[in-house]
Amino acid sequence: MLPLKDKDRPIAVALLGAGCCPRCILRFCCVSLQSAYRQPHEDILLELQRFIHAKVADESCGTAEEIPTDSPPCKKVRVETEQGGELPEGGEEISVVEGKSKICVVCLGVLQDFCNKDFAKKVAETVTSEKYEFDSLVLSVSLPAQLSVREHSAWLLIKTKVREKGLCLGKDDIIQVKEAFKWILQSLLSQQLGVPVVSKSPLEVSVGFTHPETDGDCHFLAAACSGCFKPAKNKLSLFTRMAVAKALERISEESFRRKFPCPPCPPATKCTVQEVQCLHAPVFVAGRYNKFSRTLPQTPWVIDGERRMESSVEELITTPLLASFQAEGFNFSSSGREDVDVRTLGNGRPFAVELLNPHRTRFSPAEVRKIQEAINKSSDKIGVRDLQIVTRDAVGHMKEGEEEKTKSYSALIWTHKAIEEQDLEFINDIKDLSIAQKTPLRVLHRRPLAVRQRVIHTMATRFRDNHHFYLQLRTQAGTYIKEFVHGDFGRTKPSLGDLMKMETDILELDVESVDVDWPPVVTDPGSGENPDLPGSPQHGGTP
Amino acid sequence: MDETEVRRTPSVIDRYFTRWYKTDLKGKPCEDHCILQHSNRICVITLAESHPLLQKGKAIQSVSYQISAGCSRLQNKVSGKSKRGGQFLTELAPLCRIKSSDGEEYTLYSCVRGRLLEVNEDILTRPNLLLEKPCAEGYIAVLLPKFEESKSLTDTLLTRAQYEDILLKRSAVKVDQ
Repeated sequence: MLPLKDKDRPIAVALLGAGCCPRCILRFCCVSLQSAYRQPHEDILLELQRFIHAKVADESCGTAEEIPTDSPPCKKVRVETEQGGELPEGGEEISVVEGKSKICVVCLGVLQDFCNKDFAKKVAETVTSEKYEFDSLVLSVSLPAQLSVREHSAWLLIKTKVREKGLCLGKDDIIQVKEAFKWILQSLLSQQLGVPVVSKSPLEVSVGFTHPETDGDCHFLAAACSGCFKPAKNKLSLFTRMAVAKALERISEESFRRKFPCPPCPPATKCTVQEVQCLHAPVFVAGRYNKFSRTLPQTPWVIDGERRMESSVEELITTPLLASFQAEGFNFSSSGREDVDVRTLGNGRPFAVELLNPHRTRFSPAEVRKIQEAINKSSDKIGVRDLQIVTRDAVGHMKEGEEEKTKSYSALIWTHKAIEEQDLEFINDIKDLSIAQKTPLRVLHRRPLAVRQRVIHTMATRFRDNHHFYLQLRTQAGTYIKEFVHGDFGRTKPSLGDLMKMETDILELDVESVDVDWPPVVTDPGSGENPDLPGSPQHGGTP
Repeated sequence: MDETEVRRTPSVIDRYFTRWYKTDLKGKPCEDHCILQHSNRICVITLAESHPLLQKGKAIQSVSYQISAGCSRLQNKVSGKSKRGGQFLTELAPLCRIKSSDGEEYTLYSCVRGRLLEVNEDILTRPNLLLEKPCAEGYIAVLLPKFEESKSLTDTLLTRAQYEDILLKRSAVKVDQ
């Protein structure tokens, strides 16, 4: 039994006459009982017909016909069912044939042929074939924009019927096509795949419908409501669902009825379903990297299609990750970065990799450690530690470090004039030196021209010979060390050369520490210590 | 013991820049400029070592960036990554005017086509920088040529080798005289 009331009868009659499918009729009658929609649609049709012909105790005859008149005469009904028989009862006359091949004028078949086990099976097969790891999924459905136009037309049609009865039917009370469709398909899909279909899940299964035959249905809205339609770069069509919905809100009933038939024209074909798309939410992997090479760029160095330098920090870290997680793409970010010719020693620099659409997501700490070992074995130019899976929010900690935390460096300095050990002592005593750096010439082509105030917190020197010494510095984030040493044509003031009153240059630079305490240290439960990194050369030597 | 060391390793200029030259600017003998072109296409305009100002005994009386009544290179303001607002200069656009204490006046020129990013304001307060460190703190200006022109802009400039050739020819002429 369908939860229909007497007031729904004229709606049902009108819509059936207009060419609506049984489920759409339930929607317009505001039936919110999900199980009603899940019945096979022949059953719903039968029950609808039974409802239509049911005699109401106090009423002698029914109401509206498909020809809108004010007088409600009683007429005999001839309704042909799918079986070709006739219902023996009397009632209203409806001159429509409800046949198997008739496609619903409102939902264009979405609530007819795609609400069964077979379709759910097809969708399930696509999901299984992509071999994701998942214990739930979210179903997202996209319908062609013209469905709202047709819905609007059907609503206008029955609005008058409802008003005649002195009742009110708000457009918002009507169950949406998408909602009804999901009520049916979600439970079928859940049965097929053995997992719950929920409202929020890392795995999104998208089912999209198109209906090129009726795409033109929306076009009249552009003329009637030109303000709603602005060509946006990323949208394929001007007639987006949002724009169409907006226009339908604004357009008057008269203008609509002038340009669009009420009820809508019956379509020749049903909707086509596009390829089912699966998308898994990204997984974030973080760690710290060391860079032992002075000829390794951060990102691939390609000019005019030609690779200028072999490999990169990014590629060495992400290639094994992409393979293990079976991901389709990545975004690599780190807490600052260093030049090609600068090594990163000490604890290394924090980094995070966003792995896009990963097909494998479940990794135990032991498995993650194995991936870390694989990365470290693959090249002696980098080393990775503390590799771990993190959340998206955690990545924010890393970027904090880039702006706020301090960094420590060690540099090999050349001096133009000869020096003695005591000439360097004063440098050790300098604390929190403020310097002003104009944008260095070497990055000025891609950065705005500005003056940056930075602080050199501490310095320590180690004499090597009359023209060389090692300088260790701890500085504010964002300080250009090379320019501090050689002065950059006097555009960094004061420079080391200014302090020492002679020309100085930097021969080598190493990052000693990036003072961010994220990501958390991963301890190996076996040894209780960090696993050793391969090939970490002695400080001061040139590899 | 050597007080200063002759470098065995490349200097900052050697590492990042190519030296180009323009000689006898506007036909004036020996008024030579040296253009330091960075590998990222930015050009730093400096005096070449053969310029009269850099010869022994010269002292600078004044430096001015006021090119004409309505134009001062000090007014140049750039903003943003694309350096909007910078004056676009052609090869013979004047950069600054210098008076030496012996009464001579010299004009220094852009030498390359490009957007003016900055002029060296330090030489206004310390003109000696120009004499002591013409290739470092005593630079004149920084220009950003158009991306499409970055290769062709050196077509009208001399390489270091060509420049040295000219210097040789000049001293030969002097000997003859």
